[in-house]
Amino acid sequence: MKDIAIETHNLTVSYNRRPVLWNIDFKLPVGQIIGIIGPNGSGKTTLLKAIMGLVKSSSGYVKIFDQELEDVRARISYVPQRESVDWDFPASVMDVVLMGRYRSHNLFKRIQQKDRDLAAEALEKVNMLEYSKRQINQLSGGQQQRVFIARSLAQGADLYIMDEPFVGVDAATEEAILKLFAEMKAEGKTVVVVHHDLQTAKDYFDWIVLLNTRMVAAGPKEEIFNQDLLQEAYGGKLDVLSKVGELVRERDFPIREK
Amino acid sequence: MNDTIRFLSFTDPNVRYVVLGTMILGATAAMVGCFSFLRKRALVGDAIAHSILPGVCLSFMISGEKDPLWLILGAIFSGWLSLLMIDGISRTTKLKSDAAIGIVLSVFFGFGILLLTTIQHSGNAAQAGLDKFLFGKAASLTKDDIMIFSGIGVFLILIILLLYKEFKLISFNPEYAKVIGLPVKFLEFLLATITILSVAVGIQAVGVVLMAALLITPASGARFWSDRLGIMIIIACVFGAASGFLGSYVSYIAPAMPTGPWVVMALSVLTIGSIWFAPKRGVFSKWRTFWKNKDQILTENILKLFYHLGEADGNFETARSFQSLMESDRFRAYDLGKGLRKLKKRNLIRKKDAQWFITASGLKEASRIIRLHRLWELYLNQRLKLEPDHVHNDAEAIEHIITPEIEAQLASELDSPTEDPHASKIPYPTQS
Amino acid sequence: MEAIWIIAVGSLIAISCGLLGSFLVLRKMAMVGDAISHAVLPGIVLAYLFSGSRGTIPMLIGAAALGVLTTLLIELFYKQAKLQVDASIGITFTWLFAIGIILISLFAGQVDLDQDCVLYGEIAYVPLDLWIIGDFNLGPRTLYIAGFMLLVVLFIIVRGYKGLFLTTFNEEYASALGIKVAFWHYLLMSSVSLTTVISFESVGAILVVAFLIVPPATAYLLTNQLKSMLWLTALFAVLSSVFGYYLAVLINGSIAGAMASVAGILFVMVWGYTVLKRRVEPKLIQK
Repeated sequence: MKDIAIETHNLTVSYNRRPVLWNIDFKLPVGQIIGIIGPNGSGKTTLLKAIMGLVKSSSGYVKIFDQELEDVRARISYVPQRESVDWDFPASVMDVVLMGRYRSHNLFKRIQQKDRDLAAEALEKVNMLEYSKRQINQLSGGQQQRVFIARSLAQGADLYIMDEPFVGVDAATEEAILKLFAEMKAEGKTVVVVHHDLQTAKDYFDWIVLLNTRMVAAGPKEEIFNQDLLQEAYGGKLDVLSKVGELVRERDFPIREK
Repeated sequence: MNDTIRFLSFTDPNVRYVVLGTMILGATAAMVGCFSFLRKRALVGDAIAHSILPGVCLSFMISGEKDPLWLILGAIFSGWLSLLMIDGISRTTKLKSDAAIGIVLSVFFGFGILLLTTIQHSGNAAQAGLDKFLFGKAASLTKDDIMIFSGIGVFLILIILLLYKEFKLISFNPEYAKVIGLPVKFLEFLLATITILSVAVGIQAVGVVLMAALLITPASGARFWSDRLGIMIIIACVFGAASGFLGSYVSYIAPAMPTGPWVVMALSVLTIGSIWFAPKRGVFSKWRTFWKNKDQILTENILKLFYHLGEADGNFETARSFQSLMESDRFRAYDLGKGLRKLKKRNLIRKKDAQWFITASGLKEASRIIRLHRLWELYLNQRLKLEPDHVHNDAEAIEHIITPEIEAQLASELDSPTEDPHASKIPYPTQS
Repeated sequence: MEAIWIIAVGSLIAISCGLLGSFLVLRKMAMVGDAISHAVLPGIVLAYLFSGSRGTIPMLIGAAALGVLTTLLIELFYKQAKLQVDASIGITFTWLFAIGIILISLFAGQVDLDQDCVLYGEIAYVPLDLWIIGDFNLGPRTLYIAGFMLLVVLFIIVRGYKGLFLTTFNEEYASALGIKVAFWHYLLMSSVSLTTVISFESVGAILVVAFLIVPPATAYLLTNQLKSMLWLTALFAVLSSVFGYYLAVLINGSIAGAMASVAGILFVMVWGYTVLKRRVEPKLIQK
C-alpha cells in the first residue's frame, strides 16, 4: 500500500472491562472513501473513538499518516454522531461551524475574519450557507448533519472520520454528502465513515472494513462483498470469543501483562 | 458517661419512644429510598424534602398550631406540587431533569424559608421550634408525635411489603410491567405518595436539608452487599435504623445539637464503609482480585518457562538454577523468588540443592497452559484471521483464564489440532 | 440608603452565580452546582476557626479547594466505585454538609456562624459591616468583595468564552481537536466553588443554589443564543434581587428567601408564557 492513512496493530479496546474490539489489524489507504460496516454492537463507534484517542486501548496501537495521533491532530477531523449533542443548545449554525476553527493555541483569541470566511465556504459546500444565522434547534436531522460536516470541513483537515452521518437524513442531505465525498476524493482527502446500512455501503464507498468485534476483512469493495465474508461478519458473534470476553469482564482480568 | 448508661438502659420511657420512633423513621425512609435509588430518582427525593418546608409552614399559618396531622397534610400538598412541577418542567420545556429538580428544590425551599422567617418574626408563641424542621431534633418529639409518625412509617412499610412484587417490577422493568397489564401509572403515583409521606415523617428526625441522605445513602451502601432487591432493602433498613438510634442518642446527651447531621454521619460512615469493604463489590475486594490475578499470572508464567526450557532441551526433568531462570529475562528477581516459593508450596515444583525441578503435576499444569496458549493462537490465526506474528501477545494474556469448558470448545472447533501457527506441538494430556 | 446596599450586593452575587450557573445548566450539571454549594460548608467553618476572622484570602481559597474536592469525590464514587451518578452526588454533599453543621454546633462560640444562617445568610447585615479607611466610609465591605468577584467571573467568561462554549456544546469534538477538556471542567467547578464560598456569608447555601440555577433556566427558555442567555440571566438576577428585597420588607421575612422566591415567580411566569406561546402559534420548522 502506497500511502497509509490509518494503521491499527493488534488494537484491543475494552468497555466496562469487557473487550469490545479484539486484535484489530488493518491498513487504510490515503485518498479513498472508506466505510466501516458490521452488525450492531460490533464495536464500530468504539473503533472510531479509539482512533481519535477518545477511549483508551487495552493493547495495540493506532498510527495516523504513520505518526502518533498527537502529532497530526490538526490534519484529522472528527464528525461525532448527531445524537451525541443536545441540539437545544443556544447556538446558531454559524456558531457551530466556527468551532471547526478553534485550536488549543487560538482558544483565547478572538475569531478572525479568515475564520468566518472559511466557515462560510464550508457551509456553501454543504448547501447550508443561507441558514448560517438559523438556530440549531430549528434544523431538521439532515440539516444538523450537514452543519456537523461543515464544521469539520472548516477545519481544513486531510482525514475525516465520521460516525454514522447517513442515519435519518433526507434525500437532499444524502446527495450533498455524497457530492462532498466525490469532491474530497478529487482533492486527495481521506474519508473514513462508520455506516449503518449494508446495502447502501456498496454504492457509497470505495473501500470497506468489515467488523464484528474482530476484523473480518478490509479491502476494496469488490473483494469484500462476497457471500462468505458477509456471512462471517453478520452471522453472529464468535461464540468462544464472546465467552472469553465475558470471562475477562467477570474476573476483571488485565488483558495485557505489563 | 452517666447519660450514656441511662440512655442505654432504656429505663426512661421517653428514651424508649424516641429511639423506637427514629429507628422506624430511619428504616422507612431507607426502604422507600431503595426504590428511588433503583429508579435513578435519588435527587428527586432531595427536592421533595426541601419542597416540604413551605407546605409545613403554610399549614401552620392556616391552622395556627403544630398539629402533626396538619403538618403532614401540608407536606403532602407541597410535596406533590413539587413532583408535578419537576415533571412538568422536564416535559414541557427544553430544560432537562437536573435543572428542573434544582429549580424546584431551591425555589420551594427559599419560599419555605421566607415563610418560616415571617412566622418567626411575627412573634407567634406557638411557632417556637418550627425551625427544628430544618435539621431535625429527635429529642423534641412528644410521645404523641412519635406514635403518629412511627405509625405512618409502619403503615408505609406494610404497603411496600404488600405490593413488593409490583413495585419491584415497575422499578426494574416498566415496559414489561405495562405489557402484562399492571396499572403502572397508578403504581407510580402510589410510590410517589409513599415517598412523600416517608419524607414527611422522616424530617422529624433529620430535618428537610439532610432528608435526601436518609433516602439515598442507605440504599447506596446496601447496593454493595447485594444486587438482589430483598437483601438490599433489609440491609438498607438496618443502616437506617442504626443511624436513627445513633441520632437519638446524640439528641439525648447533647440536647442543643441537631439530630439530622449525626444521623447522616452515621449513615455516611456505614455506606462509605460498605463501598470500601463489602465483599465482592467493594473497592477493597476488587483490589484483592487484582492482586490474585497478578499472582496467578506470575506462577503460571514460571511454569511455562520450565516447559519451554524443557522443550528446548528435549528433557523436562533437568534441574534449573535461579540464574538460568532469570536469563529468560521475563521476571524480576523478587517476583521470581516469590513465584517459585508459591509453586513449591503447591508441589508443582521442588527444590534440591539450590536447584529447581518441575514435578509431574507441575508439568501437567504447565502443559495445560501451553496447550491453551497454542490453541488460542490457532484460534486467533484461523478464526480472526490474524497473522502468526500477531497472536502471541494476546495468547500470553488469555491463556490464564480459559476454562476447561472453553478449552473443549476450542479443541472441537479447531478440529483437535496438533500444531500451533508457529508449528509448535500442542501438548495434550496423555491417557494414563 | 440601606436598601440600595442590600440590593446591590444581592445583584452582584446573583449575576456572578447566574453567569456561571448558565454553563452548569447547559452542561446538565445543575445538581453538581447544588452539591458544591452545600459541600463547601465544612471548609468555610474550618477556615473561620483557623483564621479567627472572616473574609481572609487563604480561607476563601481553602474553602474553594474543598468545593473542587467535592467534584473529585463524586467522581471517585461514580468512576471507581461504580455508584450511579445521582447517588454519588447525593451522598457526597449531604455528608459534607452534615460535617459542616456538626462543626458549627461544636464550635458555636468560636465561629461567627449560625446553623440556620448558613442556609439563608445574613444579607440584612451587609450595610452594617462597613469598610472604613481613615475618614472615608467606602460603604459595605461585602459590596467590594462581591464586586470584585463579579469582575473575576466576567473575566473568565469573556476570555474563556470560546473554550466554555465549545466544551459545553460538544466535549467529544473538543477532545478530538486536542483541547484540554478537563481544564475547562475544573475551571468551571473552581469558579462555582469560589463564588459559592464568597456568597455564603451574605446569602447562604440555598440562595446560592437558586441564583446558580433559576435565572439561567429562565433565560434559557427565552432565547436560542448563548450571549442573549447570559444577558437575560443577569437581568433576571437583578430583578430577583430588587423585588426580593421589597417582598421581604413587606412581609418581614428572610431577604434571601424572598429573593429565591421571586426568582421562582419569574421562572414560572416565563414558563407559562412559553407554554402558552407554543399553543397559540405552532412551531415552524423550515425545510
